[in-house]
Amino acid sequence: MSEGNDPRGYRAPFWGSQPPYVHEPYGSTQTRGPRRGPIAIPPTLSEVTGPSFGPELLGAEAADLTAGRGGEPIGERIYVGGRVLDENGAPVPRTLVEIWQCNAAGRYLHDVDKHDAPLDPNFTGVGQVITDDDGRYRFKTIKPGHYPWRNHYNAWRPAHIHFSLFGPAFATRLVTQMYFPGDPMLDFDPIFNSIPDRNARYRLVSQFDWATTESEYALGFHFDFVLRGRKETPWEG
Amino acid sequence: MSFYASGSQTVGPYFKLGFEWLYQNDAAGPNARGERVEIRGRVLDGNGAPVPDAVIEVWQADADGHYRHPEDPGSREVDPGFRGFARTPTDADGGFAIRTVKPGRVAGPGGSLQAPHLSVLVMMRGLLKQAPTRMYFPDGPGNDNDPVLALVPAERRGTLIPAKAGDGALEWVIRMQGDRETVFFEY
Repeated sequence: MSEGNDPRGYRAPFWGSQPPYVHEPYGSTQTRGPRRGPIAIPPTLSEVTGPSFGPELLGAEAADLTAGRGGEPIGERIYVGGRVLDENGAPVPRTLVEIWQCNAAGRYLHDVDKHDAPLDPNFTGVGQVITDDDGRYRFKTIKPGHYPWRNHYNAWRPAHIHFSLFGPAFATRLVTQMYFPGDPMLDFDPIFNSIPDRNARYRLVSQFDWATTESEYALGFHFDFVLRGRKETPWEG
Repeated sequence: MSFYASGSQTVGPYFKLGFEWLYQNDAAGPNARGERVEIRGRVLDGNGAPVPDAVIEVWQADADGHYRHPEDPGSREVDPGFRGFARTPTDADGGFAIRTVKPGRVAGPGGSLQAPHLSVLVMMRGLLKQAPTRMYFPDGPGNDNDPVLALVPAERRGTLIPAKAGDGALEWVIRMQGDRETVFFEY
């Protein structure tokens, strides 16, 4: 069906690198994850195009989650930064990265969150940044806490930050979570462990980074995102 | 560094924090040209229960079938008042509403022409990765020879085509599981 004028598609997911829709240990996937299997379709203009968002949409302190609320939030101040790349190793410039997280005590500023931990009047846990021409991004925030959830008895999420990225196409949309090195909860977390391949899983764990650690101010954590990349030719499997 | 895509993780129950600033349920924008349509949607889980914590994203072409994107050869002619993107959460009853203009037809594989459609991503707690689908229009045109619908078994195509209500609005139910599970795509 492919012809020379058809858009080049995106590479199929590498084995074990993406979670299944239904992962039994993560309870709510059992009634919410599609079970019939997705239907593969050829990439058309509808899939290889997508929305873009300019810097004019962002507030001046959108990339600083410690600012703008009148005082310093409680917790360990950190930098999180790195690059957004595609599967061909090319940077993804000028793309929107959205983040949300709980506070240092493990509580989200959200009416659904009933965890008995304090809210922080100086922390909303929301930010946005647009990558630069080399695909780089950086946020300042505070290190999120652990919190319990009701998936199973004594279930605790590893500390994490939620990320949402668009990339150049609807096909490159990615929502994920970034974790922290050495977190003892990682190996017990059904969401983290839904990714079958261990290497792929551990690529969602950030790395401590001296290069962005600022003396007498904040630790730095490095985290690169890889968005789906185009096939080299329309015929590549 | 290995260059395969980062693993997806669920949006979880608190996505409103990160997503709310871009909530807009008019995919076209108030100044867009074209035939106005209103979509009343509902998201149901495998038990038929409403999903009150899903988020829907829509991407579409303008009324003439042009995407606001450099990859579309027609992007220079895109309606200047047209946006193309919507993001809306479901309410307590699993409902959502999207207003837009009906998109024009866009090119499909091998020189074919696609029927008007919206590209849709469904995300929610309990979904470890986004579920991509499409919404077509009851009166097409072109549903009968749409190259993507042609890949869907005939008895499941109806999951992608909403019903037309008495007031002209389109009523679309997204079922995550079950006999009438909505068709989801991979691409």
